[in-house]
Amino acid sequence: MLLIACPHCGNRPETEFRCGGQAHIVRPVDPAALDDQSWSEHLFVRSNPRGVHAERWCHSHGCGRWFNALRDTVSDRFLETYPAGAQPTRSSEITSPEVPATVTQSTVTQARA
Amino acid sequence: MAQPFRTSRGGRIDRARPIRFSFNGRTVEGYHGDTVASALLANGIHLVGRSFKYHRPRGILSHGPDEPSALLSVDRGPGRVDPNNRASVVEARDGLKTLSQNHWPSLEVDVGEVNDLLSPVFVAGFYYKTFMWPRKFWDKVYEPVIRAAAGLGKAPVAADPDRYANRHAHCDVLVVGAGPAGLAAALAAARTGKRVILADEGPEPGGSLLHDLTSQVDGRPAAVWLAETLTDLDARENVILLPRTTAFGYYNHNHVALAERVTDHLPAGGGQAPRERLWQVRAGEVVLAGGAHERPLVFSDNDRPGVMLAESVRVFANRYGVLPGRRIVFATTGASAYRAALDAKAAGAEVTLVDLRLEADCGAEPAELRAAGIEVLTGHTVLGAKGRKRVTGLVVAPIGPEGRIGASRLLSCDCVGMSGGWTPAVHLFSQSRGKLVYEPGLDAFVPGTSAQAERSAGAAKGTYDLAACLAEGDAAGAEAAGSQERRALAATPTATGFQPARVMPTNADPTKVRAFVDFQNDVTAKDIKLAVREGFHSIEHVKRYTTTGMATDQGKTSNMNALGIVAGQLDKTLPGVGTTTFRPPYTPVTFGTLVGPARHALFDPIRTTPIHGWAEAHGALFENVALWRRAWYFPKPGEDLHAAVARECKAVREGVGIFDASTLGKIEIVGPDAAEFMNRMYINPWAKLEPGRCRYGLMLKEDGYILDDGVVARVSPECFHVTTTTGGAARVLAHMEDYLQTEWHDLDVFLTSTTEQWAVIALQGPKARAVIEPLVDGIDLSPQAFPHMAMRSGTICGVPTRLFRVSFTGELGFEINVPSDQALAVWEAIMEAGRPHGITPYGTETMHVLRAEKGYIIVGQETDGTVTPDDVGLAGMIAKAKKDFVGKRSLARPDVVAKGRKQLIGLVTDDPKVVLDEGAQIVADPGQPIPMRMLGHVTSSYWSANCNRSIALALVADGRDLMGRTLHVTTPDGFTTATVAEPVFLDPKGERINA
Repeated sequence: MLLIACPHCGNRPETEFRCGGQAHIVRPVDPAALDDQSWSEHLFVRSNPRGVHAERWCHSHGCGRWFNALRDTVSDRFLETYPAGAQPTRSSEITSPEVPATVTQSTVTQARA
Repeated sequence: MAQPFRTSRGGRIDRARPIRFSFNGRTVEGYHGDTVASALLANGIHLVGRSFKYHRPRGILSHGPDEPSALLSVDRGPGRVDPNNRASVVEARDGLKTLSQNHWPSLEVDVGEVNDLLSPVFVAGFYYKTFMWPRKFWDKVYEPVIRAAAGLGKAPVAADPDRYANRHAHCDVLVVGAGPAGLAAALAAARTGKRVILADEGPEPGGSLLHDLTSQVDGRPAAVWLAETLTDLDARENVILLPRTTAFGYYNHNHVALAERVTDHLPAGGGQAPRERLWQVRAGEVVLAGGAHERPLVFSDNDRPGVMLAESVRVFANRYGVLPGRRIVFATTGASAYRAALDAKAAGAEVTLVDLRLEADCGAEPAELRAAGIEVLTGHTVLGAKGRKRVTGLVVAPIGPEGRIGASRLLSCDCVGMSGGWTPAVHLFSQSRGKLVYEPGLDAFVPGTSAQAERSAGAAKGTYDLAACLAEGDAAGAEAAGSQERRALAATPTATGFQPARVMPTNADPTKVRAFVDFQNDVTAKDIKLAVREGFHSIEHVKRYTTTGMATDQGKTSNMNALGIVAGQLDKTLPGVGTTTFRPPYTPVTFGTLVGPARHALFDPIRTTPIHGWAEAHGALFENVALWRRAWYFPKPGEDLHAAVARECKAVREGVGIFDASTLGKIEIVGPDAAEFMNRMYINPWAKLEPGRCRYGLMLKEDGYILDDGVVARVSPECFHVTTTTGGAARVLAHMEDYLQTEWHDLDVFLTSTTEQWAVIALQGPKARAVIEPLVDGIDLSPQAFPHMAMRSGTICGVPTRLFRVSFTGELGFEINVPSDQALAVWEAIMEAGRPHGITPYGTETMHVLRAEKGYIIVGQETDGTVTPDDVGLAGMIAKAKKDFVGKRSLARPDVVAKGRKQLIGLVTDDPKVVLDEGAQIVADPGQPIPMRMLGHVTSSYWSANCNRSIALALVADGRDLMGRTLHVTTPDGFTTATVAEPVFLDPKGERINA
């Protein structure tokens, strides 16, 4: 069982948390101004990187607060957690969702290292 | 003489405390400190089971957790029967009943033994090759036969009466294994003052020191050093010493799961203590000192009872005072068996030792044995074992130059101790995601790069010399505790080293040789070679195709031999083939331990309302709604569901009914921005709702589909009393919190769940006002002062209430919110006041019928996550002036505004007596070719006593355009016809509700 560092409570076991998917997707201020394509992308399209992913997490069985985390989807390691609304200090390490399919895992690992 | 194979003295058993248990009905005597295996051997019982596939007679191979063959069913009393227990780890005690497995009619005479004669048929992949055709044979013939033959022991049928505990623990250093390395590690860590947990799977900590009669540690006999060390550790408050505790799983962030067997060894049971305890340890650092497993030798008929591991012979002799045989032949490819042979000789056995290695490749050990009067045959192979239910001899032969096998010789014996070398127990290390490396000098995979804060020490790391194990343990413990201090301990040198053999050389016809690699799964060397020839080259494929390394022992004794054979066949190195994946658990763990106290209501909690006891006392039947138990209906004597619901339905419309609505979710939304928050969360307008008024609110997800609904009252300008569906309460609060915290943190609003604070008593029917009028103070109940969809605060029976005038039945109605702890008193007072009016309690079934008569939707029944407000005819509730709310933009998505969406309609069956099935499909023309075009489905369907006919709601494509049309609805027998109608069956103008 992972330990996840809630920015408000500290390290807690993963069973106290739930994941809310990709982070830093801001709800448009005026959704009506978006065309159908842009709105459906906002609603449905998420990145699914092999590597470091910024995610929303909620300490649902603890303080109840939402926060964000950088998690490596390959090693299942948390690099960093930070409060909702803040930016990660290691944002440069987030894996771009546009990594071509031909890039092997080892090159991704090298790129990160 | 009882216990004819017990030595006259010695061992760690307590000869002053005899015990008796039964094996297949026969009484077996032993001593306190015995395992079932050692007691059986003391009585000369070697045949203890039949093998899985060939039903071959099997004995006891090992003294420890790696035992593949001696699997017994253990009966500790009624309901306490466990199959597949290893005789080598079950502690013998008074009253235990043990049974051998996998035979019929008996262990001695087993019909299944015919499989052994048919063995040429049962080759690797037998299942995949045999049960292919004819197809129709599978269900009737193959599967029943395979199922009857499959498995080893019989699963218990009774519920487990024992109690199991779960404990979370934290420590600085967790040491797994209390052998020499583990003890040294725990000592070193404990001296620093750090919190230490030392777990060992055996009943007595000590590992190899428990059967080492000859080594000295720190100038004292090993047993003395062990006793002093345990006393030292025991006295330290920072050390938790856990015997009978197996570390079986190593998970993320040094989360290690331990299974502690608390009471099985106690003759009187545990009293209040749990049977087993799951420890979930979060350790700062872990030291893995779990030792090593000995490898069997692979030769013909190496599975005969009496053939066991060499070190196990030593353990039985030294620790348990049992000689497994009077004439013992040791067969080995390495040094450790020499010590076993000397100890067996010292214990009184007649001993011969056969070593595959040439004399020149051995150390001083052969000479040492010969000096002790033991015949040693170096450069000899084992051609096979003699005997069937008990070994009677071992056929050996010298290997000449160029590997030519010389004249064979029969060494008669009643026990064989074999040693094919050692395999470090790297299971936990591998589970921790550490990388194994192959060490050619050890012919083993050993811990390489760590992935977590752990380190291995001793035999688990391939270190077999006693002094080296102690030094490595000391260093590991000190390092784990952050200490620079090292304490070297002198110890007697240990003879180590072996020459890996895989399969013993033989001159026999290879098709006739039955040399077992995996004893539990009856996999022979021949099977593995066949699998490789058939193209299974990946070790994972070989494992699954041949089943080697599977089942309860997970190949602890067999994996390296199997791997070596595969590597040899493929002409690859061992690391080139690699290992199979090590997965938890290390040894079998009972379901009880994993489940712990999470059974019944602690697994699936039951929520009840304050009225629950009253409903039970008044004969209610209950249904499950989420975790809640809700009163379903209140049958009178002789009534079934339909009769009771018909009576309850008429009582509400004609008089007054009372209903427990306490399970409704409730959320208090408070703050200066409460109305703005409501505006964004719901489709309805809230800004102009006056305090003291209610509104039916509908909430969408961002995709535009209905999430939940419920009546909302504005208590004050900055306070809303929100209700949700029973099952949606937590989901709605989480949905609101998500938006409040992450999107609109600028809003000054607080959300509080008040579901458990308010009980809700719904009073519905034309006489509802008359019933509560005398009970209510401070609220004018007249229709003018307190109209439909109003909310007032006051008291009822002196209890503070938020009184809602709302209705989910279409009748004049009230929902009386009172503090939960006073709800029962209020309920009973209302019942008393309602008696002259014929007040009738009703349940959820009647509630469903009454609301369907009015066409009120239930979220989750009329909606399924793909239904918009317009689909259910509620588009009129959308606040036109609001620029935005959650889900608004999605209501303009092309597929949401397109024609052809399913819309809520009523269905009136042409035969009023026919009640449609909920979920039934609807088509326009039943004569069309299959697959037919489905127009929609029935969402709700009931018999309505008030309408004196059936009623139904349905979602039908463009349903609102089909009013009056006849549609066809599936039934179990075919189709029935129904006419499309408005989804309101009673009082369409809503006059009753405003009465």
